[in-house]
Amino acid sequence: MTDASMPTPETGRHSVSLTAPDARTRKRAQAEKRFRAYGIIAIATGLFFLVVLFTSILSEGIPAFKRTVVSVEFILTQQDREEAESELFKTKAYSNLFVTALKTELDERGLNVDINEDAIERLLGKVGGTIRTFYSENPDKLGQPVRFDLAASSRVDGYYKGRVTREAMQDSRFLQKSDLDLVDAMEKAGIIKQAFNWPFITGADSGVDNPGGAGIGASVVGSFFMMLVVLALSLPIGVAASIYLEEFAPQNRFTDLIEVNISNLAAVPSIVFGILGLAVFIQFMHLPQSAPLVGGLVLTLMTLPTIIISTRASLKAVPPSIRDAALGVGASKMQAVFHHVLPLAAPGILTGTIIGLAQALGETAPLLLIGMVGFVARGYPDGFVAGFTEANSAMPAQIYTWASRADVAFYEKAWGGIIILLMFLLTMNIIAIILRRRFERRW
Amino acid sequence: MSFAKLSASALAIAAVSATTAAARDNVQVAGSSTVLPYASIVAELFGENTDFPTPVVESGGSSAGLKRFCEGVGENTIDVANASRAIREKEIKACADNGVTDIMEVRIGYDGIVFASQQSGPAFTAFQPADIYNAIGSKVMKDGALVDNSFNNWAEFNGDLPDVEIAMFIPGTKHGTREVFEDKVLLAGCETTGAMEAMIAGGMSEDDAEDACLDVRTDGKSVDIDGDYTETLARIDTNPNGIGVFGLAFYENNTDKLKVATMGDVAPSTETIASGEYPVSRPLFFYVKKAHIGVIPGLKEYAQFFVADEIAGGSGPLANYGLVADPELASTQDAIANEATMGSGS
Repeated sequence: MTDASMPTPETGRHSVSLTAPDARTRKRAQAEKRFRAYGIIAIATGLFFLVVLFTSILSEGIPAFKRTVVSVEFILTQQDREEAESELFKTKAYSNLFVTALKTELDERGLNVDINEDAIERLLGKVGGTIRTFYSENPDKLGQPVRFDLAASSRVDGYYKGRVTREAMQDSRFLQKSDLDLVDAMEKAGIIKQAFNWPFITGADSGVDNPGGAGIGASVVGSFFMMLVVLALSLPIGVAASIYLEEFAPQNRFTDLIEVNISNLAAVPSIVFGILGLAVFIQFMHLPQSAPLVGGLVLTLMTLPTIIISTRASLKAVPPSIRDAALGVGASKMQAVFHHVLPLAAPGILTGTIIGLAQALGETAPLLLIGMVGFVARGYPDGFVAGFTEANSAMPAQIYTWASRADVAFYEKAWGGIIILLMFLLTMNIIAIILRRRFERRW
Repeated sequence: MSFAKLSASALAIAAVSATTAAARDNVQVAGSSTVLPYASIVAELFGENTDFPTPVVESGGSSAGLKRFCEGVGENTIDVANASRAIREKEIKACADNGVTDIMEVRIGYDGIVFASQQSGPAFTAFQPADIYNAIGSKVMKDGALVDNSFNNWAEFNGDLPDVEIAMFIPGTKHGTREVFEDKVLLAGCETTGAMEAMIAGGMSEDDAEDACLDVRTDGKSVDIDGDYTETLARIDTNPNGIGVFGLAFYENNTDKLKVATMGDVAPSTETIASGEYPVSRPLFFYVKKAHIGVIPGLKEYAQFFVADEIAGGSGPLANYGLVADPELASTQDAIANEATMGSGS
C-alpha cells in the first residue's frame, strides 16, 4: 500500500483520462457489482424459502383453528343420567342419548333425507365425554334444555375443509356417501355449522379416534412449566459461572479446558441430554417420569452453554475502563462487577437467555427419552407444584405425536400446533430484539 | 438479588416435587407404536369414564417398551408394556433378573398387515408371499438356480404384476410388525419359491436357511422404515411405484390415498382377519406388572376396562378404529380378574 506515496514512473499513464474509467477500475467495479448480486441472490433464496415455509405452514395450519360443530338443544333427565352412570362405558351411553335426541329433533324438522341413528353416529365426533363432564360440573342443568356445540366427526370436518370430497371418498364405517346428503340438509337447517376452534387452543390431547377433541392447551402449560425450570436454573447458574470465569478466574490451563468444554457442550446433540436425563434424573434420582420438572432439568443442561457463552460475550463487551474507574475510586472487585459491569451487560445477558429459552422451547429430541412424547398431555395440572410433577407433554412433542397419527385430521392439528409454537417463538425473539435495541450500549 | 430468590425458590420447588414424586397416581404405559393408538383410545376413555386419572401412554416400539418394563419393580418403572408380538424368553429372563417375576399377559385382539400402494399408481392388486420374497429377498431362484437378487421390475418374475421398478417400504427391525412380516410373508415366500430348498441343498442347515430367508436385499429396492406408518405413507406419496406395509387400521383411515392389494388371494378386512383367512395378521398384547397392582391406583381397572366387551368387543371403539376383536375375549377377562400370571397355567 505504499505505492501511492512513491513517485510514480510516467510510463503508460499519460493515456489515462480522469473522466473515463480505465480497464482495471472497470474490472474492480464489475467484481463489486457481481459480489453484490451474489449477496442479493443469497438473501432472495433465503426469503423465498421463508415465504414457502410460511405459506405452507399457514395454509395447512389455519384450518385447524376452525371446527365443524353440531349445535342442538338437548335435555338430559335425572333418570337418563342415572342409567348412563350405571354402565361401564358411560360416555357411550351419553353419546347414545344425544344421538336419539338429535334424531328426534331432525325428524321434527322434517328434513327431506333418510335419517338413521347409525348415520348420525358417524357424523358426530366423540361427544359423550363432553356431555358427561358438563353434567357432572353442572348437575343443576339436569332436566333443562342446554345448547351444546359438539364436534362433528373428523371426516365431516374434512368435508367442509376440502379434505373429503364426494368423488374421492369411499364408503366405509367411518362415513358413507349418503351421510353427506344428511350433512348438507343439516347445514341448511342450521344444525351443522363452522365455528372457531376454542377447544383446540384450550384443550388437551385426545385419543386417536377423537381428533375433534384434541387441543394444544395442556402442552402449552407443560412447556410453560418446563421453561420456568429452565429459567430459574440456567439463568443464575449460567450468569454466576460466566461472571466467575470472566472476571475472577485466573487464566490458566484449567480454565482454558473449562472454556473449551463449554463450547463443546453447546454443540452436543440434544438427544444426548435426553439419555443423560433418563439415566440421572429418572433412574438414579427417581424423579417422576414424563414430568415437566425433568424436562426442564434436561433442557437446562442444554441451554446452559448458550447462556454462558452469550453472557461472557456481553461481559467482555463492557470496556475495561469501566472496571478500572470503579476500582480506581476504591470499589472492591465484586462491587465493580455487580454495580457497574453486570448492569451494563444485562441487556446482552437477557437477549442470550431468551434466545436460549426459545431454543429449548422448540426442542423435542431429549423429551422422547424422558417420556414426554405419546399420549401424555391428558389435562391441566391441578395446582402449581403439580404443574412440575404431573405427567405432561410439551408443544413440539405434542406436534410430533399428532403428525404420526393415522387420521389426517391430526396432521392438520400438527400444523396448527406449529403456528402456535411459532407465535411463542416469535414473541420471545421480538422481546429479545426490543431489549437489545433499547438498552444495549455501544462503546 | 432477584437471581438468588429465583434460584432459592427453584430449589425449594425441586425439593418439594422430589418428595411428592413418591406417589404416582397414574398408570404409566409404554411400548409398541401399533398398540399405541388403541391404548390412547382406551386411556382417554378410562379417564373419562372412571375416577382414576388418565393413564400416560408412551410410544417407542415393542422391544423398547418391554426393555423398560423389565427394568425393575417400583414407581419409577412403567406398569404396562404394549407389544405387537408376544414377549420373548430372553425378555422374560431379563425381567426375572431385575425382579419382575409376575407378568400378566393380555391379548387385546388382532391386527392385519396390509400391502398398499398409491391410489392412482400402477395396478398392484394381488400379491402372493412369493412375489414379495422375489422382490426383496436377498437370494432368489432365477432360472432354477439360487442367485443374488437382481430383479428390477415386478413383471420380471410375475407377468401379472405391473412392469414397474421394485420399491418396497417395510417396517424396520425395531418394530414388532417386522417379525410378522418376516414369518408370514418372507419365510412363506422363501419356501414356495423353492429358495429355501435350494439353500438347504446348498449345504445350509434348516435353521440357517430360515435365517437366510429373512435377509432382505440391500441395494435400495427395499427400504426399512423405522418411524411410524405416516412416514411410510409419505414415501408412497412421493413414489407412485412404491409398495408400503401398513396396519389395517391405518389403511382404513387413509383409503382415499391408498389402495390395498390382496395377499394370497384374500382381501384384508376385519372379517377375513378374524376368520384367519387373511394370512398376515398377528395378535396384539399388553403386559402388566402384577407387583404394581394395588400399588398404582387403577392399574387392574385399566386392564379390565381395556378388554371389557364394551371397549375391545366387536362393536366397541377399538374395533371401530380397526382392531380385529379377539373371539376369546371372555377368557382374557377372567384371567385379569383372577390376576393370572404367565406360566401359572392359564
